[in-house]
Amino acid sequence: MNAGTKPLPAIPIVSRPAASFIPEDSRLVKVARIVLPPLVVLIALGLLWEVVMSGPTAALPPPSKVWTDARQLILDPFFDNGGLDKGLFWHLMASLSRVALGFALAAVVGILTGLLIGTSSLAMRGLDPIFQVLRTVPPLAWLPLSLAAFREAQPSAIFVIFITSIWPIIINTAVGVRNVPQDYRNVAAVIRLKGPAYFLRIVLPAAAPFIFTGLRIGVGLSWLAIVAAEMLIGGVGIGFFIWDAWNSSNLSDIIVALAYVGLTGFILDRAVAFIGKLVTRGTAID
Amino acid sequence: MANADTYLEISRLTVAFPKAPVPVLNDVELRIAKGEYVAVIGHSGCGKSTLLNVVAGLLPASMGGVVLDGREVTEPGPDRAVVFQNHSLLPWLTCYENVRLAVDQTLSKTMTRAERHEWTLHNLGLVRMEHAKDMRPAEISGGMKQRIGIARALAMKPKVLLLDEPFGALDALTRAHLQDEVMRIHAALGTTVMMITHDVDEAVLLSDRIVMLTNGPNATIGEILDVNLERPRDRLKLAHDPRFIEARAAVLEFLHARHAQPAL
Repeated sequence: MNAGTKPLPAIPIVSRPAASFIPEDSRLVKVARIVLPPLVVLIALGLLWEVVMSGPTAALPPPSKVWTDARQLILDPFFDNGGLDKGLFWHLMASLSRVALGFALAAVVGILTGLLIGTSSLAMRGLDPIFQVLRTVPPLAWLPLSLAAFREAQPSAIFVIFITSIWPIIINTAVGVRNVPQDYRNVAAVIRLKGPAYFLRIVLPAAAPFIFTGLRIGVGLSWLAIVAAEMLIGGVGIGFFIWDAWNSSNLSDIIVALAYVGLTGFILDRAVAFIGKLVTRGTAID
Repeated sequence: MANADTYLEISRLTVAFPKAPVPVLNDVELRIAKGEYVAVIGHSGCGKSTLLNVVAGLLPASMGGVVLDGREVTEPGPDRAVVFQNHSLLPWLTCYENVRLAVDQTLSKTMTRAERHEWTLHNLGLVRMEHAKDMRPAEISGGMKQRIGIARALAMKPKVLLLDEPFGALDALTRAHLQDEVMRIHAALGTTVMMITHDVDEAVLLSDRIVMLTNGPNATIGEILDVNLERPRDRLKLAHDPRFIEARAAVLEFLHARHAQPAL
């Protein structure tokens, strides 16, 4: 270095970017980021549908016609004129109560059976091949048999829900029980956790994420099955509502009902996922 | 080493897995005194973790056996607490609950509920993790998880602490922190420790003796090096200490010259 070189201007040792350099996203921006894209797609699809179905030969009603036809149905889901002439809320509640009953039974029986075949290889060998065949039987194929057995619509529908949703619950529970990681088993061995305590404190919590995966698949299948089953058994329920609307050529009502069915199914799925997250203390797959 | 001092004795230990033509470990003979810190080092696949698992009781010996404090090892137990390489904390429990489960399981006969609570907090304090007691393993760093793993093992009041490459998955700086922590705890409690490692510096820094295994299969003890460095040890001062450098060189010489790993 030359002796004559001037000292460089002092550089601040710590340079800290001002807070405004990286703007913090406001809550509004965050919400918009989640809500806007699907909203835009929805509006675009709605417009496309409006354009395509506006012609004189269109087979299905465009959104504008759905609105004028089914306005009462959309705006007031709670009316009740007796008999089958009820708002969609009541139809949905009827369907949901059947699903609740059938699914609850399936959850209890399914988890217990899954725990059994997960822990006992004898039970596994005896039951698994039968389950693998039975689980491929389509839900509605059980309906005639259950109608014959129960001789009544209500228990038959509940049975169809039960038999549809139980298989994924059994299978996932068994897989979860059988795949307790070796690490956890080693820990249990070192602290001498054995028998029922081992089962309660290690196996069950380790299998819980799998069990909830089974429950989520199960509740989805239940909702798929109930609409189809109700079309056949009749009475109050969203499935029969759709079938009834079809028989009276009320296409707009069907479209409104489908939207309700979809949203309800979505809420059911999220609800089970949410419960799973709570129960497994965040170890369940979201 | 005199027989009278022997606390943990591994004698004529051979471990063979079914279907394997050659045993993993062959005729391993080792005596560890109470309060001693012994590191077992060797190339990967030489069976050092197998050795630890037999001492832990997680694997059966094919021949020979392990005696701890006059009793033969036949099954896993809290007197041989293990700190696993991948921490093995239960993800659905908080850090406190992970330690508490081990405490409840192993000390419920000798301690009241309140004492077990205090003991759990005491052990979390020992590894400086009281602040994370209510967090779940997924919410803390790898080094912190390993601290909880150490706290859980110590909380069982083990006769011997088994460390299975406890810092292998950590970055170098975190590893140094935890090594210092283990040295401090070892000095304070006088716990007998058997540590599996593949880190030469770690072995020299922490241990009283370094057991070097030959290459597997059919591995056995090739050499045992006494590390005559007074405690407490300071990693900075030791870096230039000729005895440290010599010990380090001896282990490197064993691992890379005489028992270099055949090409993988």
